[in-house]
Amino acid sequence: MPRSNKLILAHLWLAFLVLASAATLGAWQMWVRSPLHAPFSNPQTYFISVTAHGTAMAYVMSTFFVMGFGYYVAETALGRVVPGRMLAWIAFVVGVVGAAMAIATVFAGRATVLYTFYPPLTGDATYYIGLVMVVAASWVWCVLMIVAMIQWKRANPGQPVPLAHFGTVANACMWLWTTVGVAAELLFQVIPAALGWTDTVDAGLARTLFSWTLHAIVYFWLFPAYIAFYTLSPQAAGGRLYSDTMGRISFALLLIYSVPVGIHHLFMDPEQSVGFKYLQSFLTALVTIPTLLTVFTISASFEIAGRLRGGTGRLGWLRAIPWDRPLVLATGFSFVMLWFGGGGGLINMSYGMNALIHNTSWVTAHFHLIFGGTTVIMYFAIAYEIWPHLTGRAAPSLAWQRRQLWLWFVGMLVTTLPWHWLGLDGQWRRVAHFDYSDPLLAWWGPWVVVSFLGGLMLLAGAYLLVWNLASFHGPAASATAPGPQRYALALNPATHVPAVLNGFRTWNLVLLVLMLIAYGWPVGQFLVAPSPGAVAHRMFGTG
Amino acid sequence: MAADEASVRRSEARWGMVVAGSVALIVAATLFAALALHRNPPSNLERIDPKTLHLTGEFTEPNLGTRVEDGQVVVRVVMTQFAFVPRCVVVPEGQPVTLRLSSPDVIHGILVTGTNVNTMVVPGYVSQVHTVFRTLGNLLMPCHEFCGLGHSQMLARVQVMPTEQFHPDAQGRVDCAAQQ
Repeated sequence: MPRSNKLILAHLWLAFLVLASAATLGAWQMWVRSPLHAPFSNPQTYFISVTAHGTAMAYVMSTFFVMGFGYYVAETALGRVVPGRMLAWIAFVVGVVGAAMAIATVFAGRATVLYTFYPPLTGDATYYIGLVMVVAASWVWCVLMIVAMIQWKRANPGQPVPLAHFGTVANACMWLWTTVGVAAELLFQVIPAALGWTDTVDAGLARTLFSWTLHAIVYFWLFPAYIAFYTLSPQAAGGRLYSDTMGRISFALLLIYSVPVGIHHLFMDPEQSVGFKYLQSFLTALVTIPTLLTVFTISASFEIAGRLRGGTGRLGWLRAIPWDRPLVLATGFSFVMLWFGGGGGLINMSYGMNALIHNTSWVTAHFHLIFGGTTVIMYFAIAYEIWPHLTGRAAPSLAWQRRQLWLWFVGMLVTTLPWHWLGLDGQWRRVAHFDYSDPLLAWWGPWVVVSFLGGLMLLAGAYLLVWNLASFHGPAASATAPGPQRYALALNPATHVPAVLNGFRTWNLVLLVLMLIAYGWPVGQFLVAPSPGAVAHRMFGTG
Repeated sequence: MAADEASVRRSEARWGMVVAGSVALIVAATLFAALALHRNPPSNLERIDPKTLHLTGEFTEPNLGTRVEDGQVVVRVVMTQFAFVPRCVVVPEGQPVTLRLSSPDVIHGILVTGTNVNTMVVPGYVSQVHTVFRTLGNLLMPCHEFCGLGHSQMLARVQVMPTEQFHPDAQGRVDCAAQQ
C-alpha cells in the first residue's frame, strides 16, 4: 500500500465526486436544449449550470485527478515516498478552498461567464481568485513531481527514469508552460477589471493569452491516459510494452507540440494574421505524431499479449486479448473514441475547414469525445486498477466495473455522434434553447433528444462509478494484499537511455524557441500597440 | 511477430514513414486549399474603437445593412447585447458579398447555416468575410459566442435573392422589408 494513500485517495475521491455532480448538470443542460420541457429552465439557471459544469470538469475534476494519480505514480514507480508531503496536503487544501470559492460564486449567480471567461464580460473576482488557487495548487504538484525525479536520479545515477514517472514529469513541465497564458490573462486583465481597478480590457490580447492555455490544457488532462496506455494497459493485458523508447519520444513530443498550437482556437478571429494561423495549423498537424506513435505502440503491445495468450493469425490475436479486464476493456473503448474524436479534431485544425464547424456542436462533440470519452474512461479504469492498492481491499465486482465502462462508452457515443451531425448543419453552441417551430431547424429536435438520452446514460455511468469505488470501502469488499503496483515491462527493457530521453532540459529549451516563434509576435503585437479597449461588462449585481 | 530489438526498430521505422506521410498529406492539403483555392480564415487586423463605433464613421446607423458600393455588395452589421442591427439582411445569389461586422460591447460571433461563413466578432476589431451565397431562400445567422444571459435570443436572418430581384435603391441600399 503506498505510504501516501490518504493523500492520493483524497485527491481522487474529490475528483470523482465533482465529476458525478457536474455530470448531473450536463444531463440537465441537454434536457433544457431539447424540445422536452425541463424543470428550473431559464437562461440564468442554464448558463450558471454551463459555467459550473465547465469549471468543475475542466479545472477541478481533471486537476485533482492528475495530481492524485501523479502522487501515486511517483510513489509506486519510483519506489520512494512523495517528497514534501506536507506541502502536498497544503496544496490540496488551497485547491479545495479555491474550487469551493469559485463554484459557490457561480451558483450565487455572480460569475455566469462560462469557464472560458470571455472578457470584457467579468464576474465576481472571487470566481477567478478561486481558480487561481486551484492552479497554484497544481504548480506545487508540478514542482514536487520534478523534485521526485531529480531525487530518484541522484539515488540511481545513469539509470533510466521509470517510464510512468517520465510521463508524469513531462506533464508537469507542460502544465507549467501551459498555465502561463491563463494566469497572465486572469492576473493582469480579468481580475483587475473584476475588482474595478480597470475599466477596459484588451479583448484581442485576452483571447490570445487564453488560446495559449486552451489547447495544452487538454493534453494535461490526457496525459494520465497516455501514461496508463504505456505502463498499465500492456501489463493488464498480459503482454509487454512494445517499446519503452517510443513512450519516451511520445511524451517528449507531447510536451513540445502541445503548447505552441493554441492559435488554432482563434482561426475565426480577426486579431491574428493568417501567417501565424497557418504556422500554428502546421504545428498542430505535428501533434498527431505522438498520438499515432502511441496508437501503434499500444496496438503492438496488445498484439504481444494476444499472441502470448495463444492468439494466432493476422487478427486472431484480437480475440485472445482478455477484454474482461476493466483496464483492457477501457483501453479498447478509449481507442475507439480517439478514432472518432481525433478524426473530428483533424477537421478542426484544418485552417480552412474550421470555418464550417467553428462554434458549432461539432466542437462540443469533439472535446467531449477526447476528454469525456478517451481520457475520462481511462481515469475510471486507472481508479479500478489502483483502488485495491490504495485500500488494501479487493473489488467486490468486476462485472459492475465492466458495466460501468460500457455505459459510459455507449453513452458518450450516443451523446456526441448526433452533435457532430447537427454541428455540420450549423447548430450553434452555448444557447439555452432553440426555436424548434422554425422549419429550418425543426428536424434537430429529435436528435437533441437522442443526445439527452446519451446524457442520461452518462449520468448513470457517473453514479455507478461512485458506487463501484465506494463499494471498496464497504463490507462487501474483502481484504487483499495486492502486492506492489506492477508497471508493464518493455519487450526489450531499457537499460541505458540517452540523456535527452531521460530528462527535460533539452525539450524545455526546444519549447522555449517554439513558443518565441509561435507566440512572440501574436502576444507582442498587443504590447507594442494595444487594441482599443472594450468596456468591462459586470455579470454580477452592484457589488 | 518478431520481437528482437532490430525488428522492433524496423517496424517502428516503417510506421514512422506512414506517420510522416499522413502528416505531410494533411499539411499539403491545407496548403493547397490556402494558396490555390484561397481558403483562408477571416483574419482582419483592422481596429476600431468599440466605445465610439456608433457615433461616427462606417458603423453609424445609416450605413448598416446591405449596400451596393461601386458594384460591390457590402453588408454591415453591428452585433450588440443582445441583437443584430439590422436583424435581417438581403444578399444576391451567386455574387461576391463582403460582410463587415463589429461589436460596441462584448465578444460575439456569427455563422450562417448551410455556408462556411464564420467569424468571431471581437470588440476593438472589424471582422470581415468575403463569400458567395449559392442557395436561395432564408438562412439563419445566429450569434455563436456566449455574450451574456440574453445570448440565446441573438438570431438574424440572411435572405438570399435571385440576382434579377435584387434591386438597390438610389443610395445603393437593399433591405429585407423592401423585398417583401
